[in-house]
Amino acid sequence: MTSPTALADRSAVLRCENLHRHLGASEARAHVLRGVSFAARRGEVCAIVGPSGCGKSTLLYQLGLLDRPDGGEIWLDGAALGGADDEARTAARGRHLGFVFQFHYLLLEFSALENVMLPMRKLGRLTPAAMEARARELLAAVGLADKAARPAAHLSGGEQQRVAVARALANEPAVILADEPTGNLDAANSEAVFALLCRLAREHRQAVVMVTHNPELAARCDVTRPMRDGRFV
Amino acid sequence: MLMSLAGIVFGVGFFIVTQAQTGGFEQFFIRTILGTNGALRIEDRLRPTLFAADAAAGVTLGLAPQGGIEDPERVAEAVRQFRNVTGAAVVLLGGAAITGATGSDPLARVFGINLDDQLAVSDLRGQVSRGDLTDFRRAPDGALLGGVLAGRLGLGVGDAFLLDSGGGPRRYRVSAIYETGVNDIDRVRVYLHLREARSLLRRPTGASFLQVGLLDPDRAPADAAQIQAVTGHAVTTWQQREKTWLEVFRALRVSSAITVSTIILVAGLGMFNTLAMLVLEKTREIAILRATGHTRRDIAEIFLWQGALVLVAGTALGCLFGAGATWAVSRLPIRIRGIFSADSFVVEWSPWHYVTAAATATVVVLAASWVPARRAARLEPGEVIRGNAQ
Ligand SMILES: Nc1ncnc2c1ncn2[C@@H]1O[C@H](COP(=O)(O)OP(=O)(O)OP(=O)(O)O)[C@@H](O)[C@H]1O
Ligand SMILES: [Mg+2]
Repeated sequence: MTSPTALADRSAVLRCENLHRHLGASEARAHVLRGVSFAARRGEVCAIVGPSGCGKSTLLYQLGLLDRPDGGEIWLDGAALGGADDEARTAARGRHLGFVFQFHYLLLEFSALENVMLPMRKLGRLTPAAMEARARELLAAVGLADKAARPAAHLSGGEQQRVAVARALANEPAVILADEPTGNLDAANSEAVFALLCRLAREHRQAVVMVTHNPELAARCDVTRPMRDGRFV
Repeated sequence: MLMSLAGIVFGVGFFIVTQAQTGGFEQFFIRTILGTNGALRIEDRLRPTLFAADAAAGVTLGLAPQGGIEDPERVAEAVRQFRNVTGAAVVLLGGAAITGATGSDPLARVFGINLDDQLAVSDLRGQVSRGDLTDFRRAPDGALLGGVLAGRLGLGVGDAFLLDSGGGPRRYRVSAIYETGVNDIDRVRVYLHLREARSLLRRPTGASFLQVGLLDPDRAPADAAQIQAVTGHAVTTWQQREKTWLEVFRALRVSSAITVSTIILVAGLGMFNTLAMLVLEKTREIAILRATGHTRRDIAEIFLWQGALVLVAGTALGCLFGAGATWAVSRLPIRIRGIFSADSFVVEWSPWHYVTAAATATVVVLAASWVPARRAARLEPGEVIRGNAQ
């Protein structure tokens, strides 16, 4: 724990400072994020909680480099990326970030296996055989080993969500951002997914940032950050 | 996409067929012209430029009363030394009234020729449709008549007719009838032996022009300039002489290309529409790909590939279709009698038709897929996901 690497590990891998984001145009324009500062650390599971509409997803899209801030800055692995060019943000996304969307986003025409392999194929770090082996491993970890070949369209909502979790883990990202990853799951599966995320954070020293409405799960996280009206409270 | 593909196939195919046809007629016309009038024609001696002003001021200087070539054999000998030249034939040209069995024509054109020289610079041998050239060679009063002229005057091989060039009628006999296929020629031209023409036209020396054949007719302009410089006689090329018709053919070729290109263009519009719709339908998928580290370029490439696929398949099938249709058209029996005559569609097989068609399709399809691909690439994943999630 006192070694320099361990100390470095405790530092924030993903950080944002004073983020602002407006959404909508003219009269519908709303100040959704009002100066949010946040840090995600390796090996730590962080829960973001708060009432519906307070800006949790909006913050997660910002941290996931899927949307650009109107003000403030985001650092990933030491690089400022809030206003960086699309190429740098896309590369960082592929290499360091895994995202689980609130509404599972899969390519419905493709099989579960292919969906999980999608980020790996783009990154091209593994051989095709190794990619498939890893994808199968991940699907097994979320309890879908027997449905790897099934087209995503033929999976239930909960199953799709678990495929999305497996996909988010594909490239062993430094940070996993998950927007209500257990929202559609029954107690058993929700427990399995949560346990998986916690285990990864511990074993692979990954940072997990999770939005959840489940107070029980939130309580089991290392850190809980309540949010209200576009700010942490 | 299938509609666009069909459009490209037909567009490319029709492009090729129409080009093969117009090109075919043009080639046929050029071949006929070269086979009849030769590649070059050497005419009047050029006056030194110093006298050009005088010549323009008064035409009655009397320096060259008859124009033409004073010493044709010497000039012909000089011209035959050029490398690209296959032969040079002396021609004496004059007008005469012709009277045959059933009619007469005051405006016949008499061509006095040396048969062997003329055969070397034209396709006269191949153009003879009735009668025999050996008969013409043996008979001093023999004549070769154009098919149209012979028909109009009711003359057949062996028949006698009269020519009058102002010195009283003289009697000749039809040795053979030729058909060049070019109406303007077959309707007026009478070939006589040069010696006969000299006495008929009362021109004991000189020549109207020299007809010159070339190995490579496309080099005519360069050769013409050289020969003109060496001999001091005006030289006209077949391109200059037939400028009007060549322009007509070119205009026809270009206009048919433009017309048919609209098919390709419409196919391109259809494709643009389909791809634009596809981009709208697939925003979700695009956002997923972008979120998993795929670049704008990756996204654009997906849609460009769709276009490329249609392009390659469409062009390949279109070329096959075009080639097949060209072949079928060349088999179509059709009687054409106009500025030239043919008994079937003449087609030109040229790789350039295929290249041009493919290039047109490429430009259209790339333009049609470029815009949707760009639009897809510019989608912000956050906006799409928020739009879908809320
Ligand atoms: N396109 C938009 N135009 C205007 N306002 C928007 C737009 N998109 C989202 N909002 C508003 O932004 C606020 C934050 O939305 P966000 O999705 O971040 O909420 P959330 O905390 O994730 O809620 P939930 O728990 O229901 O998922 C909401 O009040 C929403 O109405
Ligand atoms: Mg949300």
